[in-house]
Amino acid sequence: MRGKVVIAGIGQTAQGKHPDRSPTSLNVEACCKALQDANVDKDAVDALFVKYPTSGHLPMYGQTMAEAMGLQPRIGGVWDQGGAASASMIGFAASAIEQGQCEVALVTIADNPRTGTRQAYERGWGDDAVFGWFGTPASYAMIARRHMEEFGTKQEHLGAVAQACRRHGANNPGAQLRKPLSAQDYAASRQVVDPLRRDDCCLISDGGAAVVLMSAVRARAVGVPAPVPILGYGQGQTSWEVAQRPRLTDTAAAVSAATAFAMAGVGPKDIQVAQLYDCFTITVLMTLEDYGFCKKGEGGPFVEDGRIEIGGALPVNTSGGLLSESGMPGMQLVTEGVRQIRGTSSNQVVGATTSLVSNQGGIMHTHSTLILGSS
Amino acid sequence: MSEVPLPTVTPLTEPYWAGLTEGELRHQVCGACSNVWLPAREECPRCLSEDVAWQASSGRGRLISWVVYHQASHPAFADRVPYNVAVVELDEGARLITNVLGPLEELAIERPVVLQIEQEAGFSVPRFRLL
Ligand SMILES: [Zn+2]
Repeated sequence: MRGKVVIAGIGQTAQGKHPDRSPTSLNVEACCKALQDANVDKDAVDALFVKYPTSGHLPMYGQTMAEAMGLQPRIGGVWDQGGAASASMIGFAASAIEQGQCEVALVTIADNPRTGTRQAYERGWGDDAVFGWFGTPASYAMIARRHMEEFGTKQEHLGAVAQACRRHGANNPGAQLRKPLSAQDYAASRQVVDPLRRDDCCLISDGGAAVVLMSAVRARAVGVPAPVPILGYGQGQTSWEVAQRPRLTDTAAAVSAATAFAMAGVGPKDIQVAQLYDCFTITVLMTLEDYGFCKKGEGGPFVEDGRIEIGGALPVNTSGGLLSESGMPGMQLVTEGVRQIRGTSSNQVVGATTSLVSNQGGIMHTHSTLILGSS
Repeated sequence: MSEVPLPTVTPLTEPYWAGLTEGELRHQVCGACSNVWLPAREECPRCLSEDVAWQASSGRGRLISWVVYHQASHPAFADRVPYNVAVVELDEGARLITNVLGPLEELAIERPVVLQIEQEAGFSVPRFRLL
């Protein structure tokens, strides 16, 4: 299975504000760009995997998208896993190609929470709203506090994640937020829900991104210009709500990574560059731990001294991540993971041959991992 | 000023809210495997038994984690910031979202807390104070 399916093409819209554009229109643009990049005609596409748009409830959205693309897919549909959906759908599409269920798959996400509605991220949590329990950031803050109290993780460690992403985003012409962040800026940034500050929270962005998948054999046969092999993938889920989770500092990222590493036949030491889902800074620290880049509880010290910045031992989120490039939930991390293997990133890690991508959704409920390689 | 969003009482959750009105915090317990939990469910999430009963908690527990809102996501809480929201685990094992009464600087994980039922727009809600 390892390397038998490739990402043949990547595409993404501009990130930021798209007033008067629907998620469907953004998806179509991303798909067109990915097909162009792969040098594949849309008539070759026989599978269409679409992320459920979080900001608006659009039932049977997979069919809406297929109609908009003028496609009659053999398989496909909508995957509702929040921010883990992109990498998960790529895994499913790769499996489907391998099993002969389809030959050329488009995997796409788009949403417009910035100029549309962001209500989904700010609502109260059912009956617990009576306690003032509202919004997605607070749930991540609840986990962050426990991590800080249990392991001695410092506010500066969260800040180091934000600084790395903002440094990389500043050098990415396509990033929505290109202003670097100093340690002083971070410390002065507004408290949103303590221990999270404004600069710990991802951007809110309109945009879309898509990839085209096919077998490595087919990619060679049709002359795809820059195919990137998928070496491994995996998923994991922690289904408890935050309050019910037996340990707030454990996530299913560990299960997801173990599956992906085993499939790829590599380990954390073989990874030269990682795109780690950074909806909030704490997520990056915990993903580094659960993936085995460091021990549990040592994510904070790991990110000190620029270790996750370009030039460091493990550059992370080299296009800026959700904190700087775009708050779009995850596919832009995949496209950047692909660019690192192609050697075309605006923050290229020299000689990167194995590139890792993490996606996660909900309040660390769902997790998905992709490992991409150059051979 | 906007009203605090109140819980929606359903047949499933009625015994919980009735307990608070009567001065006790109840959790569910499984007749088949003795698992204990909140919030209300129809089946035990461990053994899937439907033999589920309500039991009064001691009201004693410990602080698992907490956050402090510096900006309100709902206008009803605008004049309460900064306010905390916490996760408390009861001695019996059930966990819930709540508020901890007491100075923010004294909050710490694993600190013992005890139930203090308070009124919120005529609704009895479970809060906790530091022990
Ligand atoms: Zn049971």
